[in-house]
Amino acid sequence: MKHGFIDKYSDLDSFVHRLDPRTKILATLAFIFAVMVTPPLPCHTFALYLALIVALALLAKLPILYVLKRSSVVLPFVLMMAAFLPFYKEGEVAGSYNVWLWQLSVTYGGLVVLWNALAKSWLSALSMVLLSSTTRFPDLLKGLERLGVPKVMVMILSFMYRYIFVLADEAMRLQRAKDSRGVATLRPYGGGWAWQAKTIGNMVGTLFVRTYERSERACGAMVARGFDGHIHTLSDLRFGRADLCFGVAFLLSLALIALSQH
Amino acid sequence: MEKAIEIENLSFSYPDGQQALRDVSLTVDIGESVAIVGPNGAGKSTLLLHLNGILRGNGAVRVLGLSVEEKHLREIRSRVGLVFQSPEDQLFSPTIFDDVAFGPINMGCSEEEVRRRVKWAMKKAGMSGHEGRSPHHLSVGEKKRVAIATVLAMGPEILAIDEPTGNLDPRGRWELIELLHNLPMTKLIASHDLEAVRALCQRTVILDRGQVVADGLTRRILSDVSLLASHGLAPPILEGGRNENSLRKI
Repeated sequence: MKHGFIDKYSDLDSFVHRLDPRTKILATLAFIFAVMVTPPLPCHTFALYLALIVALALLAKLPILYVLKRSSVVLPFVLMMAAFLPFYKEGEVAGSYNVWLWQLSVTYGGLVVLWNALAKSWLSALSMVLLSSTTRFPDLLKGLERLGVPKVMVMILSFMYRYIFVLADEAMRLQRAKDSRGVATLRPYGGGWAWQAKTIGNMVGTLFVRTYERSERACGAMVARGFDGHIHTLSDLRFGRADLCFGVAFLLSLALIALSQH
Repeated sequence: MEKAIEIENLSFSYPDGQQALRDVSLTVDIGESVAIVGPNGAGKSTLLLHLNGILRGNGAVRVLGLSVEEKHLREIRSRVGLVFQSPEDQLFSPTIFDDVAFGPINMGCSEEEVRRRVKWAMKKAGMSGHEGRSPHHLSVGEKKRVAIATVLAMGPEILAIDEPTGNLDPRGRWELIELLHNLPMTKLIASHDLEAVRALCQRTVILDRGQVVADGLTRRILSDVSLLASHGLAPPILEGGRNENSLRKI
């Protein structure tokens, strides 16, 4: 079974793809930091940040629509958490509504807080999408490792990348086996909520046991090839002149955007 | 002469009390290809896991003159290549290169040496040029080949392979048999694919319920229909020209 990978489009070839993963990780972090410390107004600074990301995405030959779609995944979560902020914040009232017994009022200050949360989280997500679509996941892991992220964390991520789709396949097969025995269609509305929950509970349990056993076998395969608890890896990462140019240019653009606020 | 594998009176029970091996004794000469056949649950995989000390039971196991015990494990594991039944278990790294390099790196090879070994092993397994791919994107046949490459990179003197031809289509199966046929080291192949066994091994051992019930020339054992049938096995089909020569025809 073929899955859309976490690092879709990371196989393309472009200037951005060829950069050292460490450069891109650091640039992403710098970008997120810059966005975080930017005051919410004036709005045009955020437009400049967006323009920077879009320019890089174009340079990396990524389909813009994909980048926008992928990054918008975070919006519902942010909305859920931030939607009530405009009602709590005190200050100048922008609008007031009567809902049955309560009077709700929205303040300008609150709206700014909402805008702040939405714009910043979305821009951060955009930069992460840009990073993951221009860097192959294994390279990203190597980059993280060389940047000093603990090896155990990197190893866990690497196992996740390797096995998440194996697991997805397994879950899908379980689902199919359940469906093909017809129970879902024989009972009206799939057999009631409690019954469904029980079946799903059993499936999750089975999946866990299978995963656990798989981890034991994979561990056996590692031990058989001399694994002694210490993780050693080779690295062919090298900073080049392109990395230096990109790094300087990127930081300069961030600085210019910061200056444009005044 | 030094033997490749000497197993004396080996018994093993899993922690849940299930006895997987009973009093197994087996000697394999250097350069021999031996098939371990038997029904599901006979203890074939369990036996292979004893060869490099992943499991340790009661009894003596000696590999290339070294007894399988803590102080020899490091050396034994680089000299015995164990290929697991499911490549999904064998291949655990994000890229194929990392996976094939895993063994040599753990052996303490220099970076240059690791790269040389990976290249060589991938070529041997017929998978050159796939180093950067993710194991998830390979076909079953390719995964099996890469799984073999991961142990070849360690330069083993003994290959212990669990169900090499399981889950493969006929073409993939014969390609894999040919690959194994061309590897010169001592081989121990656990399988119930008797056609593959006949193409690869001169000697066959039947294991059933953890015990060795027959040990002899493959030719003789595979022609003993009643022996095979009484241990849940079926003789390979002879008609259709698939005989010992079929390997060479491909």
